[in-house]
Amino acid sequence: MTAQKKTSRRDFLKATGIITAGTLLPAHFAIGNTAKIKVGLMLPYTGTFAPPGNSITNAFKLYIAEQGGRLAGREVEYVVVDDESDPAKAPENTHRLIVRDKVDFLVGTVHSGVAMGMVKVAREAGTITIIPNAGTDAATGPMCAPNIFRASFSTYQTAFPMGKVMVERGHKRVAIITWKYAFGEESARAFKEGYEAAGGKIVKEMFLPFPNVEFQAYLTEIAALKPDAVFVFFAGAGAVKFVKDYAAAGLKNTIPLYGSGFLTDGTLAAQGDSAEGVHTTLHYADDLGTPRDNAFRVAYRKAYGYDPDVYAVQGYDTAQLLAAGLDPVKGDAGARAEIIAAMEKATIDSPRGKFTMSRAHNPIQDIYLRKVEGGQNRVVGIAAKALADPVRGCKMA
Amino acid sequence: MDVYTFLIQVLNGLQYGLLLFLVASGLTMIFGIMGIINLAHGSFYMIGAYLAWAFAAATGSLFSAILLGLVVSTLIGVILEWTVFRRLYHRDHLYQVLLTFGLIMIFEELRSMTFGDDVHSVAIPAVFSAAIPLTDTLSYPVYRLVISATCLVVAMLIYWLIQHTRLGMMIRAGASNREMVQVLGIDIKLVYTLVFALGLALAAFAGMIAAPISTVYPNMGGQILIISFVVVVVGGIGSVKGTLLAALMIGMADTFGKIVLPQIASMSAYLLMAAVLLWRPRGLFAVGGR
Repeated sequence: MTAQKKTSRRDFLKATGIITAGTLLPAHFAIGNTAKIKVGLMLPYTGTFAPPGNSITNAFKLYIAEQGGRLAGREVEYVVVDDESDPAKAPENTHRLIVRDKVDFLVGTVHSGVAMGMVKVAREAGTITIIPNAGTDAATGPMCAPNIFRASFSTYQTAFPMGKVMVERGHKRVAIITWKYAFGEESARAFKEGYEAAGGKIVKEMFLPFPNVEFQAYLTEIAALKPDAVFVFFAGAGAVKFVKDYAAAGLKNTIPLYGSGFLTDGTLAAQGDSAEGVHTTLHYADDLGTPRDNAFRVAYRKAYGYDPDVYAVQGYDTAQLLAAGLDPVKGDAGARAEIIAAMEKATIDSPRGKFTMSRAHNPIQDIYLRKVEGGQNRVVGIAAKALADPVRGCKMA
Repeated sequence: MDVYTFLIQVLNGLQYGLLLFLVASGLTMIFGIMGIINLAHGSFYMIGAYLAWAFAAATGSLFSAILLGLVVSTLIGVILEWTVFRRLYHRDHLYQVLLTFGLIMIFEELRSMTFGDDVHSVAIPAVFSAAIPLTDTLSYPVYRLVISATCLVVAMLIYWLIQHTRLGMMIRAGASNREMVQVLGIDIKLVYTLVFALGLALAAFAGMIAAPISTVYPNMGGQILIISFVVVVVGGIGSVKGTLLAALMIGMADTFGKIVLPQIASMSAYLLMAAVLLWRPRGLFAVGGR
């Protein structure tokens, strides 16, 4: 009894000593597994974008949990901030995570406006940042930087390939409708570029103020113009309303509807029958059926009780990308240049299919052509193989 | 643009314009009669829409939701007049602007606490869910015709109330000389409460009938408020007739602006306002005095 007590006290002292030594030493020089890796998650947890924010967080943590709660052998500590999808609060939130909380890595966010605020601060501070959703072309265009990565997509990738697809399907005259804000305008521009290059003709471009959903005047105009087809970008509740209104106006059967993938992602339950037959392009689909995707879907459902979506895939890959950077340096978060180099060279074995990073730090990935059938976004082909973003305006070598 | 397209776009413009009139008429009456600039007016449009959504979900019928919503929003209006606005009649407009701006923030926060920040949709009642086909691709939704008709009836009721009833007489008299009306033994305080509650109920009603076509979302009150002020200014502050004409003009400008010049669609109402104010700086039907 006495001997046992003595041993345990000695063990306790020894452990305390190691922990104290570990915390006193800067992470860069830490030996063994004592220093935790601090990850700042700056994502929306309230408001319209809360569901994508939660999906990303869930899947990010799922990957870490699969590695035994560790990244490159180190424990992970999260600092979570709700960015409320408010661009005005983005610089302050980012600054606080970097300066006060001293995070080693930043992960965020969903809203492109908030992401731009975040990128502006992060590229000054040099903190390695991974964007798990926000697609604005500028983040890997004019705003690109060595420490800024994106694990999701650029707007260009979700719309450009559809141009060629629509011409090939015999739609020679097409109308475009979207919201007049950065993502809508970028989508329209990218689609137009791909479509006109393939020989199609745009008969009308229509832009609604964001987040207006009063489509009546535009639907009348589409019905009067009788284009061969319509290309659309809307997302969330706006996408639900547009697809339903389009079908209710009787246009669905006469003028086929095409769009960027967000038109029918996470919205199908609400859209119901009105979405059947709508074609979209995106870097993920519901029925890829690859072993990698199946394993991911099973694990996600087991952990959270519901099916993953495209946002979950992106959150998962954000963690994979981070692991790819940290593994070669054995979790030494201070080895910035080596981590960046490793991330640039990484091949991510994503549920969406393998991808690598472009020169501007955006995934080079396959874009799938999907069709809504039986309430699912089913793959009907590959719209573009290993598509990279055009890297316009990126000054990074 | 062929005849059918033109006709449907005219109907679209009328429908939007008439809906704007419902919101703007309350705004202009409250200003014209009580001299109150109520920035929180748009919040009642939002309150109406959220009440319609919540009650329609609870009762399964938009009609009963509208009835319940009218009762609740009128009650809120009466309570607000008793507790807050009554103290503002003799104050400078700056106080009114500050206070009603505060009210907007309170209403938004309350909305966020009770209903959350999500976007909701309200189903069009099954009886009105059809569309009238005109050509092989063109058709006009019945529900929008119902909205236009309802708004027209309400507009005529307002006109009749103000021009041809005893209450209307008191309202008009109270607007030009409050003391004189009081001396005649009329309870002007009660008249004010009624007008105020009526104005807010109109905005809420507009929000309720528009809910199925515009969906229900945070900050929807702010958008309608700005365009309603444009309507009031173009029509001439305090003039219900001017407000109707201005609302219809802006409805048309907005609808045809979207089609003819989509690049500047979001500006069309403001361009129209600038044009009218250059020609008539006090609006189409200026009411003298203030």
